[in-house]
Amino acid sequence: MISARVSTLATLRKALVRLETTRSPEAGRVRLGHDEADMVLQGGLACAALHEVFAEGRFSATATGFVASVARRIADHRAILWIRQDFAARQAGDLAMTGFAELGLDPRRIVVVFAKNAEMALRIAADGVACRGVGVVVAEIWGETKAFDLVASRKLTLACSESGVTCLMLRLAATPRASTAETRWVVSAAPSPSVAEWEAWGEPVFNVQLVRNRHGSTGQWIMKWVCDECIFSESAIRQSPAHSQSLVASFTDRPDQTFAYARRQAG
Amino acid sequence: MRDGKPADQRPLVVVAKEKNAIVIVAVDNTAARASLESGIPLANARMVCPELNVVDEDKAADTQTLNAVADWCARFTPLVALDPPYGLFLDITGCAHLFGGERNMLTDICHSLRRQNFIVNAAIASTQVCARTMTRAVSSAIVPHGEEKAAVSSLPLFALGANEETIRGLRRAGLKTIGDVAARESHEISARFGAGFTALLQQALGQGDTPISPRKPVPDYVFEKRFPEPIATDAVIASTLDLLSHMLIAAMEKGGKGARRLEASFFRTDGAVSSIMVEAGRPVTQTRTVARLFREKLDALSDPIDPGFGFDLIRLSASHIELVVQEQRDLDAHAQDNDEIAALIDRITARIGKNRVLVYLPQDSHIPERAAIVAPAQHHLVAAQESNWTDRVGGEPPLRPLRMFGMPEQVEVPFAAVPDGPPARFVWRRTLHVVARVEGPERIAMEWWRRKEQIFTRDYFRIEDSNGQRFWLYRDGFYGSEILSNDSKPASPKWFMHGVFA
Repeated sequence: MISARVSTLATLRKALVRLETTRSPEAGRVRLGHDEADMVLQGGLACAALHEVFAEGRFSATATGFVASVARRIADHRAILWIRQDFAARQAGDLAMTGFAELGLDPRRIVVVFAKNAEMALRIAADGVACRGVGVVVAEIWGETKAFDLVASRKLTLACSESGVTCLMLRLAATPRASTAETRWVVSAAPSPSVAEWEAWGEPVFNVQLVRNRHGSTGQWIMKWVCDECIFSESAIRQSPAHSQSLVASFTDRPDQTFAYARRQAG
Repeated sequence: MRDGKPADQRPLVVVAKEKNAIVIVAVDNTAARASLESGIPLANARMVCPELNVVDEDKAADTQTLNAVADWCARFTPLVALDPPYGLFLDITGCAHLFGGERNMLTDICHSLRRQNFIVNAAIASTQVCARTMTRAVSSAIVPHGEEKAAVSSLPLFALGANEETIRGLRRAGLKTIGDVAARESHEISARFGAGFTALLQQALGQGDTPISPRKPVPDYVFEKRFPEPIATDAVIASTLDLLSHMLIAAMEKGGKGARRLEASFFRTDGAVSSIMVEAGRPVTQTRTVARLFREKLDALSDPIDPGFGFDLIRLSASHIELVVQEQRDLDAHAQDNDEIAALIDRITARIGKNRVLVYLPQDSHIPERAAIVAPAQHHLVAAQESNWTDRVGGEPPLRPLRMFGMPEQVEVPFAAVPDGPPARFVWRRTLHVVARVEGPERIAMEWWRRKEQIFTRDYFRIEDSNGQRFWLYRDGFYGSEILSNDSKPASPKWFMHGVFA
């Protein structure tokens, strides 16, 4: 009798522990580095959850950069499974690992899956998030798809919370629909901040809009990705005069070439 | 030859074009009774027998049929070799006792093939040439060891399978049977017909043998289950595969080995054989891995294996065997992660194919599109993890785009500020982009040693437009020296979009 009661108690306790761990908002968050955003996100982006990043088709590279940066924050040195749809590669270009390396991601930790269509991409994403060895699963899907409905997103969310893998959905040229994602972002390009004239080309800047956050408020920020430290930071919005910067003045990153160019122009 | 049952009773002949004449290459029994035979021109045959059912020869279909029969023969021995156009060699060394002796085995093979409407001649002998010679003359024979000479001596020369010229030469010399030729001194024959023919003759007489070249490599482990009553339900098939994989894993475990390639073959009662192959990046040592890989593969098949009237033999074979090193895993989380990723890659690969699950390998090339190649993750995971990528230069913003187009897309540039300078605005995908910032040019010369024709040098510009989008544009060719119009005046250069930055 007593033993039966003890075992019931034990199972109940176990169930309680499980419920608590999935609910705890503080557990497993990764700081992005952008203070305001981190505050809104209550300390950082939740791991073991599903996040959606939306972007217009023309901002697909920007969104790729944002997702890659977030994946780098979360995965750290673990593997990244990047599932990309064939059509997305045709529209937005293929992933270039030299560019990824320059963002601070390690191409050696990236395994890429070429999925024929959205259905295949989602199925493989489901496999990926069930594998504890993976740090982050990125699923890149172009355009609207019926395959990613509430059921599919719920499945992914559950699998994520079970395995501890974070899933990032990169939705290019798509409009947000109801899902069980922890957060939803809309990313677009932002002009580089006005910098000294000899710095023509800056680090990636993202115009990021947090449009859905299950555990907090939303917001919009301009974030800069600091490639060397692999962290986001605040970025000043470029002053308007920068728009009218003359072409010649902005050629100035590489002195030797610039001078050569200037000379050619003068002569 | 498959002896179909034509609806009409007309003689059936198969014809092919030989030296601009349509010639009979095969006949059925009715046609043979009408004294038609291969080699007769079709026109002549029509004179003999006007009511002919003529079919064109289809060599591809013949080869396919022969291969299908060879697949089926794999149930008797793993060593099956093709002897085109109509023959098969089976190396049954050490196999006959499993089928109740040579006589029973031969009858079994012949019966089964005849049931499928094939006309079969079969023979068992110590050498392949001897066996083949026997099949050309008799429908079924077993030549005991040492009696080859007696068996083949009385057979006509064509049964040897030597080329026509040799046979004709021997006939002219008055040698009609193999025995006649064998009675001659071998150096006489060699001097006239070459050493190749002598070797063939020797083998037909049972002296010296060349090994057959089997169609498929022999697997290292084979386990099979035969069913007296054909099975067709998924549950039985799955449990059979389970049983076989248990046996396989147990056998491999004894040697401390694991398999990288597994093949399940399903032999249908009507002779069709379907095989499913799965590969793994790391040697498989666990039954559940085997089961899981096969399940993935079976689920992904667009046309699942059709049991038809049922399978009477299911076989599991393992090849690409590797020694499994028992590593200490418990404390090393990294190694454990790697194992799980390798297993995940295997599963995805089993489902969608190895050319869709990839890793990147750096290449030693300064051409942007050749800086990295993709390789199947299943085979190159370790190589990718140990590859060396050039480290990024600290403090530098990204110099290479994040997404690159496989085919650079041409953009329209209304005009450049200066002929060899960057564009002020450009149209890409029907959108006008106004350039706000530029950096460049970065000049990349093509690899002139790769191709004969001239490849233009590219001048790359990193461009940010007024929206903040960043592009990687290049101009194809030096202005003024490489890009010339017909009258060798500088022509307007072409601009291409090669990639997009974050």
